[in-house]
Amino acid sequence: MSTSTHAAPVAVPQQAGHGAPGHGHGHHPGLAHHFDDLEQQRDSAVYGMWAFLAQEVMFFGGLFIAYIVYRNLYPEAFAHASNLLNVPLGATNTAVLLASSLTMALAVRGGATGSKPTQLIMLLATIAFGLTFLVVKYFEYAEKFEHHLVPGPTFMSDPAHVSPFFTAHPEEIPHARIFFFLYFAMTGVHAAHMLVGAGLMAWIFLRAKKGEFVPEHHDALEMSGLYWHFVDIVWIFLFPMIYLLGYHFGDHHG
Amino acid sequence: MSAQAVAAPREKVAAPEHRETYLNHDYSWKSWLFTVDHKRIGILYLLTVAFFVAIGGLFAMMIRAELLTPKGDMLEAETYNKIFTMHGAVMIFFFLIPGVPGVLGNFVLPLMIGARDVAFPKINLLSWYIFVTGGLLTLFVAATGGVDTGWTFYAPYSSTYSNTRVAETAIMVFITGFSSILTGLNFLVTVHTMRAPGMTWFRLPLFVWSAYATSLINVLATPVLAITVLLLALERIFHIGIFDPRVGGDPILFEHMFWFYSHPAVYIMILPAMGVISELVAAFSRKRIFGYSFVAFSSLAIAVLGFLVWGHHMFVSGQSAYAGLVFSVLTVLIAVPTAVKIFNWTATLYQGSVEFATPFLYVLAFFGLFLIGGVTGLFLAAMGLDIHMHDNYFVVSHFHYVMVGGMVTAFFGGLHYWWPKMFGRMYNEAAGKLAALVIFVGFNLTFFPQFIVGYMGMPRRYHAYAPEFQTLNVLSSGGAVILGAGYLLAALNLIWSLKFGKVVTERNPWGATGLEWETQTPPIPHNFEVTPRVTQEAYAYHEMYSGKEAHGVH
Amino acid sequence: MSQHEHGSGQAHGGHHVHVVPLSLYFGIITVLFVLTAATVITAKMDLGAYNTVVALVIAITKATLVVLYFMHVRWSKKLVWIMVGSSLVWFSILIAFTMQDYLSRGWG
Ligand code: HEM
Ligand SMILES: [Cu+2]
Repeated sequence: MSTSTHAAPVAVPQQAGHGAPGHGHGHHPGLAHHFDDLEQQRDSAVYGMWAFLAQEVMFFGGLFIAYIVYRNLYPEAFAHASNLLNVPLGATNTAVLLASSLTMALAVRGGATGSKPTQLIMLLATIAFGLTFLVVKYFEYAEKFEHHLVPGPTFMSDPAHVSPFFTAHPEEIPHARIFFFLYFAMTGVHAAHMLVGAGLMAWIFLRAKKGEFVPEHHDALEMSGLYWHFVDIVWIFLFPMIYLLGYHFGDHHG
Repeated sequence: MSAQAVAAPREKVAAPEHRETYLNHDYSWKSWLFTVDHKRIGILYLLTVAFFVAIGGLFAMMIRAELLTPKGDMLEAETYNKIFTMHGAVMIFFFLIPGVPGVLGNFVLPLMIGARDVAFPKINLLSWYIFVTGGLLTLFVAATGGVDTGWTFYAPYSSTYSNTRVAETAIMVFITGFSSILTGLNFLVTVHTMRAPGMTWFRLPLFVWSAYATSLINVLATPVLAITVLLLALERIFHIGIFDPRVGGDPILFEHMFWFYSHPAVYIMILPAMGVISELVAAFSRKRIFGYSFVAFSSLAIAVLGFLVWGHHMFVSGQSAYAGLVFSVLTVLIAVPTAVKIFNWTATLYQGSVEFATPFLYVLAFFGLFLIGGVTGLFLAAMGLDIHMHDNYFVVSHFHYVMVGGMVTAFFGGLHYWWPKMFGRMYNEAAGKLAALVIFVGFNLTFFPQFIVGYMGMPRRYHAYAPEFQTLNVLSSGGAVILGAGYLLAALNLIWSLKFGKVVTERNPWGATGLEWETQTPPIPHNFEVTPRVTQEAYAYHEMYSGKEAHGVH
Repeated sequence: MSQHEHGSGQAHGGHHVHVVPLSLYFGIITVLFVLTAATVITAKMDLGAYNTVVALVIAITKATLVVLYFMHVRWSKKLVWIMVGSSLVWFSILIAFTMQDYLSRGWG
């Protein structure tokens, strides 16, 4: 049935594999074999990371739509349940995360300028801020356990930590439970991302220490930075949506 | 040809000089389990997917055996429920979704665009490991208790009432999802950054376009499924009541989130198959695809529109009548890009020099079966009709026509087409044709009666049924045996060829266009001796055959 | 420049490494802190339905600043913009098509 192999030369041979001639970075040690040059490699990394972040948007998106639906169904219960959260701690953590985003951006800048000390100091600062966030979060969670605000059999069983609204409207308590379920799910998934991020930063730190990140090639540092900023952005939304929902009611009993 | 094929191969095996191929450059098991070569990863997918489809098929045979008689006499209701659940879940998550991208996509996509590999070879291997882990653990859960919710995991049955292992299964689905997300991500970036010089977007083979559109869905829809089943697992474990209407939860939210993924997921299954069909239609009619850019863009249109129609699975769920109307209308719209493809393929065949080789028989089967599947989908898209049809065998038949008649048929066509490139051997043509024929007959015998019995009112997902439905069910079970025999024959033929098939050393045994046919057969580890430079459109058959009988019979 | 025709070659291709002036980073972080304070303060006031609007506008502004400057999208290729845009579009589809159901339940 077949015809000759090259009946129509769809392709004609060109210069062999690696790197175009006269191209400065053809054999950079950081260049993987299947790429032609560092630019192609960096583009791939950037697009890959952004595609991953798009995936993350939809991942958190699933939680957000659940939040939106239930908040729309039970606006009162949500606002009053929100008041049981600790706004000062939430606000502190917002500031901590924003600061970590700054140090992260500066670490990546250290990659672009080739300053190893900047990279190391800023990465350490980022990790420190990240851990601070997690520690604060731990105390918040612990407080919710103590106050019986964790969805479960004893949910809202401690009158000292239930606002008058729920005492007056016990039928709204199941809806508050949904709020707290979403609170734990959303901040929990976020905290899991923070943990991964902290681990990532530790690994990047070790690589930075070896002097791997130079101006023309610091993709790993840069991509980890994108991830870190994304996790920060999620919190930028979580904070007002979860903590500040009924702040103006003024009955804080958390 | 069959007669010589059995006798001839031996002498050809002892080919004179040693040619290095991606298969023979290293035989160690490590070189397979730690390979980052997209071609080898494609073969790994082929092996695992074949394993899962065999398991899924076994479950199917048990279902059809139970349904031979109206009484639920062979399997207890709960066992039956577990078996159809595992059948659906295994087939969908471990065969239909990863099948074409994992096997054919991995093998040919980088070759088609003239790349040395995908953009992230290690992540590609990771996808496979996640896939295998998720699959084996799912089977483990099935073997140690199972799930009885159906592959759709509807709440509150799944979240509150079922006493089977829902949470574990949900977590396996969660894990497996990341395999398709990562594969999608990899293909997206690969198409953007790894194309050979001259390989512009409008010179890409249509398979690449559809793999690209599929990857878009993988990346944007799968995470929502992940979070949905995560919520389900949490609800199972902690009983907060988020999907329990007794305490303010809303089961319809589960359905929204589930179908936000799962309707686009049916396009994850069918789009790559459509890409295969485009390749085969061009190759076996020796013509450029009619309306190339329409076919290319219809893939993207399907990917986008596919996100706007999920509520057609929820017409009787209690969503608002207004929402039902919107989803109904949008669903009908999606038939347009689908029809564009069918018309353009048909127009391509017109006056082509069509060759009825085995892969092309699968193309013809695809046309017939997918058309029926698509048109019955339109029936179901009409809200009023669906109120009658919903959750009965008409729906079952519809989705088997599109998924099995569509995706699986195209998968087999593509597998036969690229087989000589993958393994350097040709299967037996007569057996190949016979298998395609048996599959076509067996398929229709299995599933056409289900349209009728569904229309008559037989509900799905019960182990017993009213006696008047028996004749049609017996027909269906008989058809299933024929269908199974057909698949077995096709598979055995391919396996047989690995050792006894005619050796193919020609680069382009089909005389087809496409860079995958420009490289050695089987390809060398890094695909191309020299990076190709592309100067022509994808289907330059006219140029290839001009001077010869370019347009065959007139 | 290279033999590859990358997907969406744009003005800022090449080995151009963008070094953002430090002052810009410090400016951005100051704005972010101010907006955080603003979101807490406005939440304390009773603006009725506008509480949500204000909170969202502030959050979106903050996120936009992070995306454009800390994440360098402002200096990135067109495809990155498209990816950011598509993730937002798809997120909106999820919200819009789910909410069209919930919001129209009462329509009978
Ligand atoms: C023209 C295109 C299509 C239309 C208009 C369409 C329409 C529909 C509708 C309205 C339903 C819901 C029926 C019900 O549950 O009452 C449905 C179910 C289904 N369709 Fe399609 N469909 C189309 C193509 C496809 C394709 C290409 C696939 C897969 C490759 C597919 C797979 C399914 C599956 C799996 C179900 C049943 C899900 C379940 O409840 O388990 N459909 N289709
Ligand atoms: Cu659908």
